[in-house]
Amino acid sequence: MTIMRQHLIDPEICIRCNTCEETCPVGAISHDSRNYVVDANKCKFCYNCISPCPTGAIDNWRQVQAGEPYPLAEQLLWDTLPAQAVLDESQKVGAGDAATPLPDDVEQIAAASTSGQGGIAPPPWSAAHPYVNLYSVQKPAVATVSGNFRLTAENASSDIRHIVLDFGKASFPVLEGQTIGILAPGLDASGKPHHVRLYSVASPRDGERPHYNNLSLTIKRVTADHTDAPVRGVASNFLCDLKKGDKVQVVGPYGTSFLMPNHPGSNLLMICTGTGSAPMRAMTERRRRRPVPKEDGLLMLFFGARTPAELPYFGPLTRLPREFIDINLAFSRVPEQPKQYVQDLIRNRAEDVTRLLRDENTYIYLCGLKGMESGVDAAFSDICCRHGLTWKTLQADLLQQGRYHVETY
Amino acid sequence: MSIDYSQKIPNNVGLAENKTLQRALEHWQPEFINWWQDMGPDDSQSFDVYLRTAVSVDPGGWAHFDYVKMPDYRWGIFLNPAEEGRKINFGAHKGEAAWQEVPGEYRSNLRRLIVTQGDTEPASVEQQRHLGLTCPSLYDMRNLFQVNVEEGRHLWAMVYLLHAYFGRDGREEAEALLERRSGDADNPRILGAFNERTPDWLSFFMFTYFTDRDGKYQLCSLAESGFDPLARTCKFMLTEEAHHMFVGETGVGRVIQRTCEIMKQHQIDDPAKVRAHGVIDLPTIQRYLNFHFSVTMDLFGADVSSNAATFYNTGLKGRYEETKHDDDHQLKDASYPILEVANGQVITAQAPYLNALNERLRDDYIRDAVSGIERWNKIIQKQGIPFVLKAPHKAFNRKIGPLSASKISPTGQVLSEAEWTHHHLDWLPSAEDRAFVSSLMGRIAEPGQFANWIAPPARGINNQTVDFEYVRFN
Repeated sequence: MTIMRQHLIDPEICIRCNTCEETCPVGAISHDSRNYVVDANKCKFCYNCISPCPTGAIDNWRQVQAGEPYPLAEQLLWDTLPAQAVLDESQKVGAGDAATPLPDDVEQIAAASTSGQGGIAPPPWSAAHPYVNLYSVQKPAVATVSGNFRLTAENASSDIRHIVLDFGKASFPVLEGQTIGILAPGLDASGKPHHVRLYSVASPRDGERPHYNNLSLTIKRVTADHTDAPVRGVASNFLCDLKKGDKVQVVGPYGTSFLMPNHPGSNLLMICTGTGSAPMRAMTERRRRRPVPKEDGLLMLFFGARTPAELPYFGPLTRLPREFIDINLAFSRVPEQPKQYVQDLIRNRAEDVTRLLRDENTYIYLCGLKGMESGVDAAFSDICCRHGLTWKTLQADLLQQGRYHVETY
Repeated sequence: MSIDYSQKIPNNVGLAENKTLQRALEHWQPEFINWWQDMGPDDSQSFDVYLRTAVSVDPGGWAHFDYVKMPDYRWGIFLNPAEEGRKINFGAHKGEAAWQEVPGEYRSNLRRLIVTQGDTEPASVEQQRHLGLTCPSLYDMRNLFQVNVEEGRHLWAMVYLLHAYFGRDGREEAEALLERRSGDADNPRILGAFNERTPDWLSFFMFTYFTDRDGKYQLCSLAESGFDPLARTCKFMLTEEAHHMFVGETGVGRVIQRTCEIMKQHQIDDPAKVRAHGVIDLPTIQRYLNFHFSVTMDLFGADVSSNAATFYNTGLKGRYEETKHDDDHQLKDASYPILEVANGQVITAQAPYLNALNERLRDDYIRDAVSGIERWNKIIQKQGIPFVLKAPHKAFNRKIGPLSASKISPTGQVLSEAEWTHHHLDWLPSAEDRAFVSSLMGRIAEPGQFANWIAPPARGINNQTVDFEYVRFN
């Protein structure tokens, strides 16, 4: 028996305006004189009804035993939503689709990190089908560290590492753009296990070492918080200190949206800072390793860091041929040079970026610190404005077509 | 169905290809902005307001949130996508292809319907223009402004139809829509309820609950129209209208919630004591409810109306959820119950269905409005307070139609003039009630702070927190 997510409407908040019923493309929503209800057997989790709801009543979910959702007849009698029933958490393991519930931690992190894209984005139409949620906090996978290398120069202020995890005989299939959760050992100050920490996979689907059951992560040792106050990141320090042969508890994989297109001619426009480069590296590697016939789309990368010494994968990146990927590096702390950010380079390359924006085969990925969102957004608005496009409109279209993906933290 | 925002007038109707129409609307646009500056929300045009703007008419795009200064809101023309092979679903033309142009013989009736609907949109903006000065929170202020800009957009929707399909007289009507003024003695708005004042926030919430719900029902009937551009326009307007009713239902609900909390906390039910705590007593809320309910009843028009029959029979205006009715959709021989006063009693009589279509829509509306009142009652019950809000009888306090000739109590008793005079202030808000409610009004403009007389909402807008800075003053 597994657990599924059931979509429900809060009868206390709902104003019975009928907007959701009107919007639902599969007729899953109906009503009587008392309540509006969602048929669990029809709902396809397309989320079309979520943003048009004026009250937010539509945005309610309960975890239920698969095959035993709240029936319509029961929902029609509700005055309030039932509380979440206590379910056996170990059953939160599934073959991984949208109906499989995510752990609460993961759900919260995922919601916060994708908020910058302005809505829910479907995956690209040609994305491979991802597996999600194969391992839960109660039943994590155990991986073995097979490598841990420092990516940034010894004199750089940040310690960013490339960590390779081997899954041995455990099944842990991932796609580029997906994340995995790490369970740091030990307890927090209040005596509870540490929260799950999510990291993007930095290797392509066939493994860090091709055809081995392994994957890589790009981890920055956290020594300060957002306000630069000193703080020791539990999971990142745990990971950065790992030695070859150490064991790590892993949950996931997660992510059904930030995935790469696989059809011929699809272009990738990638914008990242720091360790936000992990999914970009995975996607770039995927394209680089593909034998002929390749997808042959254009790859354009905007990558920001403080200095070249702090830019993960700086060496390998600069050796990639120009005809394979168009790389634009922005450095904000190089002595005697003006500060440069990714948005400045996007503006400098307005002509080429606009050409990509106009191409319906272009897929945009943004990953890095939250602070980059507004700058990049403004740069897109500017260059669109100068080239007769409207970013707001375009962005909404891109989002809806699964061509605009943001993951920021 | 993306909306082209690079145009002066955002639209999804290919305005750029019709230069004559584009010029005409671009000529009307500055007049609209002038009207907005004159008659739109008072003293707030420079605020950054967290507003929802449609960027496309499909589910993914029509709820895009960002800070906008109201005069910069992108008012535009958005129609729902055309439905392939759509037919007229009722009346004498049932089964024929829906009209893409105005049929000559129905031109003046159609224009009248559009002008009447269009006139309510700027009217409510005018009625509500001072409310920003006394908002109970930033959250409420934002909701008010959202309602206002969307009413402005609904005016655009109707003006587009007038310009695009009605030539010179359409353009003249479009100008007149900006010239009439709510409550003006010489040049008032067309419908009575839209000339009433909206002096305080309880009135505003009641108005958005009751009167905007009339708007919903009118739009639903027009969305059935055989004139396809009107149907598609109204369909999209309905998605925006839902927000207005949300503001009303939750607004009144929060007022009730707060009152009940105070009553329970201090173990009081005497209205004077309740008022002494700075909240609105439940009987006053009932009187406001009676007033707004009855004023809205009149908006549906006369109980027996040959116009209603004509609009239906000629395929211009259908019933609410027309296609869900299990009948012949012609209604030639059918009858429908209406109310009459005879022998000192309100009685039910049968009228030809076609003539009773206003009454039918009124009844659909009542069912919907009453179920919301029941939800308010649940808030009261939850606090364990023995008080029940009730919708008044539909013949109560009517000002148009045959029922207006009689004085009828909220329970449906026919009264003498003297009885009415003696009791009417038990049922309708008195000057003193209004003065009390007004005395509570005062602007609260700190994020997360709420006036004493209203509870905070259960959740914020667009999943933001309740203490989000919904309006930024500059």
